[in-house]
Amino acid sequence: MHDLFAVVMLSGIYSLLSASLFLDLDAVDVAFTEASVGAGISTLLFLATLKLVPRHEKESRYKPTLALAVTIATGALLIYGTLDMPHFGDGNAPVHQHVAPRYLNDSMDEIGIPNVVTSVLASYRGYDTLGETLVIFTAGIGVMSLLLVSQRTKDQARKKVPADMQQQVILRVVAKMMIPLILIFALYVQFHGDYSPGGGFQAGVIFAAGIILYTMLFGLSLTQKVFNSKIVELFTALGVLLYGGVGVACLILGGNFLDYDVLRHDAVHGQHLGILLVELGVGITVASVMITLFFKFTWRTVKHKYNQ
Amino acid sequence: MFAVTAITLLIVMAIALVLAFKGPTLYDRILAVNTFGTKTVLFIAVIGFLSGRPAFLDIAIVYALINFISVIGILRFFEFSSKLPVDEDM
Amino acid sequence: MELIIDILSWIFLVLGSFFCFTGALGLLRFPDFFSRTHAAGVTDTMGAGMILLGLILQAGWGLVMAKLIMILVFSFLASTTACHAMAKAALKSGLRPHTDHDHNAEDSSSKP
Repeated sequence: MHDLFAVVMLSGIYSLLSASLFLDLDAVDVAFTEASVGAGISTLLFLATLKLVPRHEKESRYKPTLALAVTIATGALLIYGTLDMPHFGDGNAPVHQHVAPRYLNDSMDEIGIPNVVTSVLASYRGYDTLGETLVIFTAGIGVMSLLLVSQRTKDQARKKVPADMQQQVILRVVAKMMIPLILIFALYVQFHGDYSPGGGFQAGVIFAAGIILYTMLFGLSLTQKVFNSKIVELFTALGVLLYGGVGVACLILGGNFLDYDVLRHDAVHGQHLGILLVELGVGITVASVMITLFFKFTWRTVKHKYNQ
Repeated sequence: MFAVTAITLLIVMAIALVLAFKGPTLYDRILAVNTFGTKTVLFIAVIGFLSGRPAFLDIAIVYALINFISVIGILRFFEFSSKLPVDEDM
Repeated sequence: MELIIDILSWIFLVLGSFFCFTGALGLLRFPDFFSRTHAAGVTDTMGAGMILLGLILQAGWGLVMAKLIMILVFSFLASTTACHAMAKAALKSGLRPHTDHDHNAEDSSSKP
């Protein structure tokens, strides 16, 4: 298949299918994140990229038969290796024996929130989540440094802004009604992550999706008046700072790094506060990075359009 | 009761996929993807009720949103108009 | 009372499935893109509306009903607007509806 547009669509459908697979496995949080990131933001970023590259893939000059053979052989060996593993979801499997029962049994007493996924993510494995947030932050920095937007492009774009869907009046009106609701829903998902599937990552992506919708319909310059690029870039760092700051505050108050017990008078309340702040940090970083990525990609398409 | 609806929605999704492969113009394919998305939203809601877990409804809302934004994204990035872009006065 | 609600929601679900199914058949069989948007619109409004109404009747009063109403409102707004946007974009790019005038002449659907 050489038409890259069809490939992008198919990859969106693939993300959706894997999200349904996760749903089937009862992993609602993961399905949530996969649906929003894979089927939503990734497709949009791919589409923005497609505007800059030719639409059809060039014919490759060699046939990668050796690579294909190696891949198939490795895959077959891996599958053969998994035949020895315990059955899927077996209660006696080693992975379910040591840490998982402790998390499941003690989570309610130690942390006191109904959603065990959030308690594991933000508290028991808080250090890993800090790493994940840093990965997202680094990706954002990488894109920011690769896709520098010169001041000349910005001035040029400011003078002649293409009518991005200027004639789609109905769409604009309806979107204006929907975007506040989308942002409120993002906040709901963020702060309800303790009780229902949700949390920082999903909320950040939904928030970014609302802003991206606005940008697509009303043009980049108008959005920059509200969400200035510099301020959004600042917020990417602020989220990670908040997360790390909570950890350092725990250190100062006498506990270990990211040990939320010491934040308040009571261990359970301390955990609540810690998880709240940490998820907020994650949400801020994810939303800002996604918005920045989209802005950078779109600036590139503007530059491409006017430099042709 | 929900099983009938779920099976019908699966059939509709399959038909939408057939349209995506068959449809002669590009816009047919975009329409098929949009329909697939909206039917998936309904399917998730019905499956949530079938398996007794209303937590799925959040995913349904998110997917409705994602579907809408993706279609708008496709339309915005692929304008096949032959006219030159009109300048906005801002 | 329970029985009446169950019967009503059963009726709504079946009607909704029926509308979705006929709309999907229309997607395949209509001759032209613009009529297919109409068929897709039927599945999105009547089909989705009826199915969600049936589910609302099944859910008790509470957060689940509120979320279903949100899905209903959002789906109505979003999918109809998306169909309209697609039709407008197709019209702007030169696709023309299939009229009786050229039914006997060559097929006039054009462009990518």
